[in-house]
This record gives sequence, C-alpha cells and structure tokens, in this order.
Amino acid sequence: MSAIFIMIGASLLLAIGFLIAFIWSVKSNQYEDDYTPSVRMLFDNTTIQENKQETNNKTQKTK
Amino acid sequence: MKIQEISKVKTTCYHCGEEVVDHHYNIEDKEFCCRGCQTVYEIINKSDLCSYYDLEHNPGINQKQEVRKGKFDFLDDAQIIKKLTHFQDDTHQHVIFYLPQMHCASCIWILEHLNKIDSGIIKSQVNFVKKEVTVIYNYHESSLKKVAEALTIIGYEPHISLNDVSASKVKKYDTTSIVKIGIAGFCFGNIMMLSFPEYFSLAKADEVGLKKWFSYLNLVLALPVFFYSASEFFISGYKGLRQKFLNIDAPIALAVLITFGRSVFEILSGTGAGYLDSMSGIVFFMLIGRYFQNRTYQTISFDRDFKSYFPLGVSVIDTEGIEKQISVSELKVGNRIKIHNDEIVPADAILFFGKATIDYSFVTGESLPVEKSIGEIVYAGGKQTSGAIELEVVKEVSQSYLTQLWNNEAFKENKEEVKVSFIHRISRYFTYALFSVAISAAIYWSINDSSKIWGAVTAVLIVACPCALLLSATFTNGNMIRILNKYKLYVKNASVIEQMSEIDTIVFDKTGTITEQGKSEISFQGQELSSEHSQLIRSLANQSNHPLSKSVVSFLPFTKMLNVKNYKEFKGFGTSATINEHFVKMGSSDFVLGKDAHQLTSGSRVYASIDDEFVGYFIVKNAYREGLENIVSSLGSQFDLKILSGDNSSEEGFLKNIFGNQSEMLFEQKPEDKLNFIKCLQNSNKKVLMIGDGLNDAGALKQSNVGIAISDDTNNFSPACDAVLSGKNFTLLKELVNYCRRQKTIIFASFVLSIMYNIVGLSIAVQGEMEPVIAAILMPISSISIVLLTTGMSSFYELELKRLITDKSHQ
Repeated sequence: MSAIFIMIGASLLLAIGFLIAFIWSVKSNQYEDDYTPSVRMLFDNTTIQENKQETNNKTQKTK
Repeated sequence: MKIQEISKVKTTCYHCGEEVVDHHYNIEDKEFCCRGCQTVYEIINKSDLCSYYDLEHNPGINQKQEVRKGKFDFLDDAQIIKKLTHFQDDTHQHVIFYLPQMHCASCIWILEHLNKIDSGIIKSQVNFVKKEVTVIYNYHESSLKKVAEALTIIGYEPHISLNDVSASKVKKYDTTSIVKIGIAGFCFGNIMMLSFPEYFSLAKADEVGLKKWFSYLNLVLALPVFFYSASEFFISGYKGLRQKFLNIDAPIALAVLITFGRSVFEILSGTGAGYLDSMSGIVFFMLIGRYFQNRTYQTISFDRDFKSYFPLGVSVIDTEGIEKQISVSELKVGNRIKIHNDEIVPADAILFFGKATIDYSFVTGESLPVEKSIGEIVYAGGKQTSGAIELEVVKEVSQSYLTQLWNNEAFKENKEEVKVSFIHRISRYFTYALFSVAISAAIYWSINDSSKIWGAVTAVLIVACPCALLLSATFTNGNMIRILNKYKLYVKNASVIEQMSEIDTIVFDKTGTITEQGKSEISFQGQELSSEHSQLIRSLANQSNHPLSKSVVSFLPFTKMLNVKNYKEFKGFGTSATINEHFVKMGSSDFVLGKDAHQLTSGSRVYASIDDEFVGYFIVKNAYREGLENIVSSLGSQFDLKILSGDNSSEEGFLKNIFGNQSEMLFEQKPEDKLNFIKCLQNSNKKVLMIGDGLNDAGALKQSNVGIAISDDTNNFSPACDAVLSGKNFTLLKELVNYCRRQKTIIFASFVLSIMYNIVGLSIAVQGEMEPVIAAILMPISSISIVLLTTGMSSFYELELKRLITDKSHQ
C-alpha cells in the first residue's frame, strides 16, 4: 500500500510544479497582451529581410 | 464602355490607401496622396523598413495634417520627463506611449523596429490590445522628445494628454483574480481526486489509515481556497453587513464558512470526510463567473475627464517674445500663450493677436465654428481652426469654465453603489427562505431526534448556497457583454445592462450625436455651374477661413486655384474679389443680391454671383446620421424621446419633422442645464438613457441612469460614460436596448432551474443524512447546467437580434 503514498505524493508535487509555473506566467504579465505575440512570431528576422533586399538589388542590377 | 471603366479605377496612395487626387507626389511607380505620406515613405525606405508595406496593403496613416515642428518641445522639461517615464537608471529610460493610430500587423512591425530610425532607441515593444508601445532608450544618445518625434515622422504621433501626468500611474493589469482562479481550480481537482475512495467506499476496513491520510491532505489543499481564493466573498459580505445591507456575497460567505467549519470538524474528529470538494468547486466556478463578467473591453476608458482631452504642453511667450513650451498645469493667470492651428485652448483666455475661429462643437455642441475678435474671451476646450493666435490667460486650467462642470456632485458619487441590483434583492429573499427552512428542520429534529439537529441545519446551509444565483448572473452578464461588444456597444460593467433594461426615456444630444461629427451636407441650387464658374467660386472661397467657405471648397470639384486680386472680406456678410477679370462675390443674400431672401428650410445659405449676375446658392446643413428617421420612428413607439442641444435652434423645424411635435426639444443648453434637465426627469420617476458625444454632455451622461457616448472612432476621446457605442451602429440602438432587456428573463430562467436543484438537495439535507458524494455530484451538475443555460439563452437571443438587424438592412 505504501506505493500509493509515494505515487500520490509524486503526482501532487508534479501538479504543484505546474501550478507554480502557471502563477509565474500570470505574475510576469504573459496574459496581459494576448494578441501581439501571435503576430510578432510571424515576422521574418530583420537580418533575413536585409539579405533578401540585397539579393533583390543584385538581381535588379543584373537586369 | 471599357475606356470608361478604366478611367474609373482610382489610384490610391501607396502609403495610406487614400484616393490620390493631386498627382504630384510620386517616387518611382508609387503614388502618394500628399507630401506627408511621401516623406514617411522616404524615411521608411531609407531605414530599410519596407517590409512595412509587404505585411499589409497601404498600412500607413494619412499625413495630410502635418504635425507642427517643435510640438514636442515640452518633452525636454525635466519635470515632465520625470512624470512620463516610469523607469530610469544611469543610461536608460523607459516610457509608454499611447498610439491610437495603431491598427494592423504592419504597425506592430514598424514600431518594434524603431531603433532603425533612431539608434538611441534600444528596444520597443508593442501592446496591441492597449495600443501602447513601451520604448527603452539611452537618454545620453536620444531623448524623450526625440523618441516622440521619431514616432511622429513615421506617422504615429503619440497621444500625450494632461491626464498622463496628473492622474495616478497606469492601472496595473490585475493578475490576482486569475491566480485565485488557478489556485481554486488546482485544489478543486486534487481534492476531487483524493475523495474518490470516499465516494465509492473503496477503502477496506484495514485501510482506514489511508483514508485518514487522504482527508488530512484534502484539508491542507482546502486551506488556500478558503483563506485566499474565497477571501473576496468574506470581505465584500462583511462590508455589506457593516453598512446594514445584505448583499449576495454575505450568504455565500456564510455557506463557505459553514461548509469549511463542518468539514474541519468531521475530519479532525474522524467522523467523516467533509464537503471540501464541493466547497472548492463552488468557489472555483464563482470566481470564473466573476472574471468572465468583469472582462470588459480593455482599450476603452470610461472614466475620462477633461484632463485627457487637454494637451500636456502649451507654448508660452515670455516678456522678451521668446516662445517656450511649458506644462499646461503650470499655466498662470497673465501668461501669454500661443495656440497653433488645430490646437485646443487649454484655459480661459483673452484673444490678443491673430484671427480666431474657434470650434466649440465638442465643448458646447455648437455646430459651426465661432469667430472671435481681439479682446474677446475664448473659453477653454475650443479648438482653433484658422492659423496661430496669441492669447492671455485669465483663469487657470483648474478654474476654467469647462472644468467647473466636474465640481458638480454628480461626478462625486459612484453610480454602482447607489443603485442596487435586483440580484441582491432576490438573494435577500433567498436568504430569508433558507433560514426558515433551516430553522424548521432544527425544530423538527429537536422534537424527534436531537442528535440530528446539527447535521441537518449545516447540510441545509451547505446545499442551498445562493451561488447558483451568482453564477447565473455573472455568466449571463459576461456573455451579454461579449455579444454587445460584437455589435460595437462597449459597456463599462455588468450593472449597465440591468440599468439599460429599465429605461423609458431617451435623451439625445444633437451635434455629433444625431448629426455626424465634422460633416455637413451641402447642395447647390441654381443654374448648373460651368467648370469655369465653379473654378472661380472655389478660388474665392479658398481665400476665406470661414467654415461655410471651407465647406464650399470641399464641395466643389478639385481644380487648380486661380490668382485672386482685390480680395475683400466683409465680416458677417461675405467676400468679394476679382479673379481672371471676373468680379466674384459670395455671402449672405443681403450682400450678394442686395435684398433679404426669406428662408423656409433649415441650414445656412451661401449666395454667389459672378460679374454681378446671380448664379445660385449653396445650402449647408448639418449632416444627420443615416437612417435617423427610421430609428427615431421605431424608438418613438417604445420610449419618450427628447433632444437637448447646445446649438442654436436653426434646425428645430427639421427635427420636429422627424421627431414629431410632442417630443420635447431644448436648444442652447449649457452643460449644467443638461445635467439639471436629466435630474428633473429622474425626479419625476423617469429612467433616462442619455446619448451624447462631447464634453458638454459629460454631466448629463454621468447623471443619467445610462449614459452612452457615441464615438465614430473608439480611439478618440469620449467623455466619462457607462457605454460607448460606435457611430456606425447608431441605427441598432433599439435592438441593442431590447437585447439588454432579455437579461432578466435569462437570469430568472436559470434561477428557476437552480431552485429545482435546491428542492432536491434540500429534501435530502433536511433528513439529516447527506452523503458527501451527493453534494459532490449535485454541485458541479447544477453549476454546469446553469452555465450552459445562461450562455445558451443569451446566444439564442443573439440570433433573434441578428435576425432583426438583417430584416432592417433589407428594408
């Protein structure tokens, strides 16, 4: 029967870990703005963008 | 046919998407509508930020109105910097700017790449929901002023008002309610799981120790629910009782307290497992309901006062004639101030120099700008529309005519506290009924089996907690707020819905509310204008700053302006000039025709003649909102309609036509008059809905039972109110008000449902035998079914609302 004590203790600790993670995410204002991050992650990296433009310029020049 | 179609295709500005009228501004193959848009494009192009235009089509902000140089000079003031920035160390300052122009993904993109425009900026982060950008910059390399200017040159002029420095700092995002829900939910789930052996009597005789260990663990898990998550019910219930008012939180607090007390007793004495699962479950559901209800629209501020309308900085001219920017709150009587075009006069002042044409439409409701001559007093809040002027301040900002209104007592009391929701009234009856059931159970058992008294009484109070009532109210309100938001009616809080369902009188403001802000309807009567005549009249009208002339300019088709000679302006009459050897005259009929024409219709007329030959006249009228007649006639059958206007009565005849003769109409009303009029109506037991838009309505909006501010752009300033309605959806007013009336029906229906559960639960409870498993089953079933019923019913009524609206648009 002692197995169940350990199991329950472990499961509870695990759950408490998630609870703490949740509280941390709320306290660090991650839920404050639920729109901008979803757009921001779709932006290309600026460096890639610059490279693209450079290649564009090159192709224009060769034309 | 085909050629015609092609010529119809309009070129749009590459930057802002507006139609290009003047084809002067272009770079390569890109056309721009104005110099401003072109400049912004050049800057963006130079900084390698052209993805701005790839993310969305024509994302820019129209730049036709150029921002004056030196507008942000006041941001160099150390005091102002200190108040606006919210963090500062040796090298960095953090500032949050409110940018109402923000509207798309491109905006986010460019605002987060600000460091390409000003290398002193280290990081900029956008909060799109609040339309704010947080900028971190190195203040040795850049400055607050430079950051504001960098934002302005790419078209995002930050909105900085007096409110930013005088009011308490930015409202913090409230995280406690979410944390409370998280903790309650966590404990609820775990207690449920640990109670499983108890529910199904799984534990065998030799495993009593295990059972005991489980119940102690439950007790530990219930502690944070009881002491932290449920604390707001205790606080609010206690506050209510201290004011001798039994609100809905008091019986809930009592039920939670008794459930917890009995459970602790049972667990410690080893007589049972308690009802901790039910308790934490109820707290969890109720907190969710509250959160759902209070989640109103974040970006709209409902408590704005004149401070957020006034600018922060103003140019002051000192004795040596040097212009300096200071904060408006530092203005002293006797200061000489300079107000530029399109700026707001911040304090009552006397005109000293320049030509003042003040637009008071927002402050007093007058639809046409007023011309002021030197020596006249200009009241605070008016907007200068014809070039720069100089004024001498006669009253400080806080003493101004406009700000006096905020000293009225209507602004001091809090509406919500005064008006008691019917939910609280029902909950009071509920509590009385509950106590009588508990007492009769106690009396019954004291006669028959006195050992069961304690068990029966506590079970009654545990089972019949009025949380069902709270749940039905919060979920109904939350869902209705969400649906109303969809139709662009943004309510301040849930009590507004209830207030809205009780109104019987609707009072309209005129300017900006039933007329469209800044628009006038203009038509021409007379012989058809040849293109030459039209060009002549337009060139003359362009010379004058009079609002009527400006309307004529915008009405006539776009042409090149001709050279104007011998221009003369006769104040109050009209203007004349010689253009291309023609003598052009326009103005009042007295001035142009030499006789007074009798006016029958509403609106102002501008007569025009060329070479002393009369060509016709323009009629400039207020432009009423589309569909006004329909909405008035449909509202009129249900409500008393009244008009309160700060404007003159020139439109009375027209309005009588629409509103009918029995509707009361008052004109030339001052802000206090409006407030008092509403008060009078309320004293004769009317429930008043006030609809207005300007600062002059602020008092009336506050005093009325429900004050709705009409706003054509929800980012613009709107006065303190209970709800903001988008101007586009003005015609849906009746349908939306009637939708709010459904709130009570829904709450009553779910209340009936919860009473049925209560009857089942109570009939078990009074017998003194209540298994925790029954409570544990009954509680979530009743909660969830109530949530389903309320959301289902409010969505059903939304379908009805939708049908009404589509019917209307087909008419």
